[in-house]
Amino acid sequence: MALVKDGAVVADPFIDATGLAAVPAAGPVIVGLEQWRAGQDGLIARRDPVGIRLRSDQHPAAIADDLAHLAVVALEFPVFRDGRAYSYARLLRERWGYRGELRAVGDVLPDQLHFMQRVGFDAFEIGGDDPAGTWRAATGGFSTWYQATGDGRVPARQLRHGRPGG
Amino acid sequence: MYRYDEFDHALVAERISQFRGQVERRLAGALSEDQFKPLRLMNGLYLQLHAYMLRINVPYGTLSSRQLRRLAAIARRYDRGFGHFTTRQNLQLNWIRLHQVPDILAELAEVEMNAMQSSGNCVRNVTSDQFAGRIREEVADPRPWCELIRQWSILHPEFSYLPRKFKIAVTGSPHDRAAVRVHDIGLHLHRNAGGELGFEVVVGGGLGRMPFIGSTIREFLPTADLLSYLEAVLRVYNLGGRRDNIHRARIKVQVNALGVGQFRELVEQEWQQVRASPLLAVPEAEVARIQAYFAPPAWETLPDAGGALAARGREVPDFGRWLARNVVEHRASGYAIVNVPLKTPGRVPGDATSDQMGAVADLADRYSLGEVRVSHRQNLVLPDVRQADLFDLWTALARLELAAPNTGLVSDIVACPGLDYCSLANARSISVAQDIARRFADPDEAADIGNLAINISGCMNACGHHHVGHIGILGVEKNGREFYQLTLGGSSAEDTSLGDRLGPGVSAEEVPLVIARIVERYKALRREGERFLDSYRRVGMDEFKAAAYGDAPPHSRQRESA
Repeated sequence: MALVKDGAVVADPFIDATGLAAVPAAGPVIVGLEQWRAGQDGLIARRDPVGIRLRSDQHPAAIADDLAHLAVVALEFPVFRDGRAYSYARLLRERWGYRGELRAVGDVLPDQLHFMQRVGFDAFEIGGDDPAGTWRAATGGFSTWYQATGDGRVPARQLRHGRPGG
Repeated sequence: MYRYDEFDHALVAERISQFRGQVERRLAGALSEDQFKPLRLMNGLYLQLHAYMLRINVPYGTLSSRQLRRLAAIARRYDRGFGHFTTRQNLQLNWIRLHQVPDILAELAEVEMNAMQSSGNCVRNVTSDQFAGRIREEVADPRPWCELIRQWSILHPEFSYLPRKFKIAVTGSPHDRAAVRVHDIGLHLHRNAGGELGFEVVVGGGLGRMPFIGSTIREFLPTADLLSYLEAVLRVYNLGGRRDNIHRARIKVQVNALGVGQFRELVEQEWQQVRASPLLAVPEAEVARIQAYFAPPAWETLPDAGGALAARGREVPDFGRWLARNVVEHRASGYAIVNVPLKTPGRVPGDATSDQMGAVADLADRYSLGEVRVSHRQNLVLPDVRQADLFDLWTALARLELAAPNTGLVSDIVACPGLDYCSLANARSISVAQDIARRFADPDEAADIGNLAINISGCMNACGHHHVGHIGILGVEKNGREFYQLTLGGSSAEDTSLGDRLGPGVSAEEVPLVIARIVERYKALRREGERFLDSYRRVGMDEFKAAAYGDAPPHSRQRESA
């Protein structure tokens, strides 16, 4: 499993502490919601960035007030057909103005990457031999969309009337 | 009707290219069937008992003659020369080979059609009134709004992995021919006291294992707010609908669990947030652009020819019967709406051969301004026929075996494909429908019985909408044998109701007999002008139950209860 950002495989500086009994004392970490709630003040006071990983049954409204302290929000897809995180992603980006890294983790299928990108994810855990190639192939196929999301792409219904003389 | 522009064409072409890649990966073994399944379902491709089935969208039931001709050609070239029109106004091809699907989709794209989201846990083809834009009683044509919804829903990045499938229907008439109260969302266009156009929003209807009649959560939604409100409903559902049990995952279960009041409150709260964002604003110019495609065609100014037609009908009784049953008053003087039933007794309900499709397309060009409709009762409609052409049209339709004078009658049966094709079915539907239609093949007897909607489903998933048939028939399997449970009193019209269970199931052979007994009872007790449904509602189940099983209980009665 590799982390793909901006079309390239990148090193993941974060340690996933969600399964650990104790959060490491230093270094960038990703914690679970319970860990965040239990040690929020200490985590905020750290010099290193902190991220949070939410299960699909954990609504990010729970951390809407904490977003300024979070460098990563990782949303889990426990199985590809659990689509709740698509809505969570839009709420984080469009309603609560989250601008940090939004990471898709879990059962992330190549054929879903385009939708994930459109709802605001910008980092993806992708498996296989060529994760960056998978990402490019999955997200490069569309030039037209009917929906407006927070990613700023202009939908057809606007483009039709923005054209000169259109 | 709507025409694709460069954006629509580009999107469909890109989607086909994506799917072609997915099919190639499957054929090369890079994708397992498990991995491929969600991808093919998103494009309307099922794996059935014998072959792949492709479900092609007919958006809101409107087809051009060119499109119908293409469907005929595709069925001829890639299938066995026929197709099946469904209760969601779509066309299913039952004998498809996987490697040819991308080419089929490319042929469809040439005539501005596709199979996107005709399956899968996403927003399905938006359905509507088959008489939209042509029926006199209509408040406003629902199809421009259907098209707006179609575009909003296609490849929606947030709502493509919903808890379960999601069906939207829109009607613009007081009489509901689109069954809006048994859809996940039903929209009923009407005008408020101020004369403004808006939607009554009905949520949580549905059939299947747990039938529900939808609840109105908003009496009047201004048309400008349509997409923001839909987005709010879908978000509440996407986040709150159950995902732990496929049989409890439809929005109707969520609405029922929360109570309609609380569900409405959640939607309203979400909507206030959604509508504050400019993302879902629809430019007025875009609404006008879409509406222009649905402007009435250039009808000639013609005198009403009803008197002459009636006289002709008396001279030629077969024509008179057809006129009385299959021809509907048009909003323009001198024109008529013509029902073309795919229900000739003995044939498979909803099936049309390629030859028939091609011939109807030719007749549409000659007599109906090149347009055809599909109804949710699995029939075709020619929406713009000059009254003066009706006799010639009838003559041509009769040669095609498409002039059965049975619209709305006992042999106009809705049936799912059942055990003959479907991997979910428990029992046959088609042969039961054929047996009933043959039993009531005498057109005078059928006309005397009058309006009677029979719906047959081959399993509890209720694709034949048996709950809302005036008489519903549900096929079940018990100890390796097929049985059929009957319900009485259902309706999918504006007076929506779910049928009541008649009693113990009966065998396939007994179904026509039991229905004949129910019909005889109805004929004996009906009052002037009363349909079967009206009589049932007046007298209740006991009268019919006593009649249905006769003096000697069917032999299957004991066996099933054993």
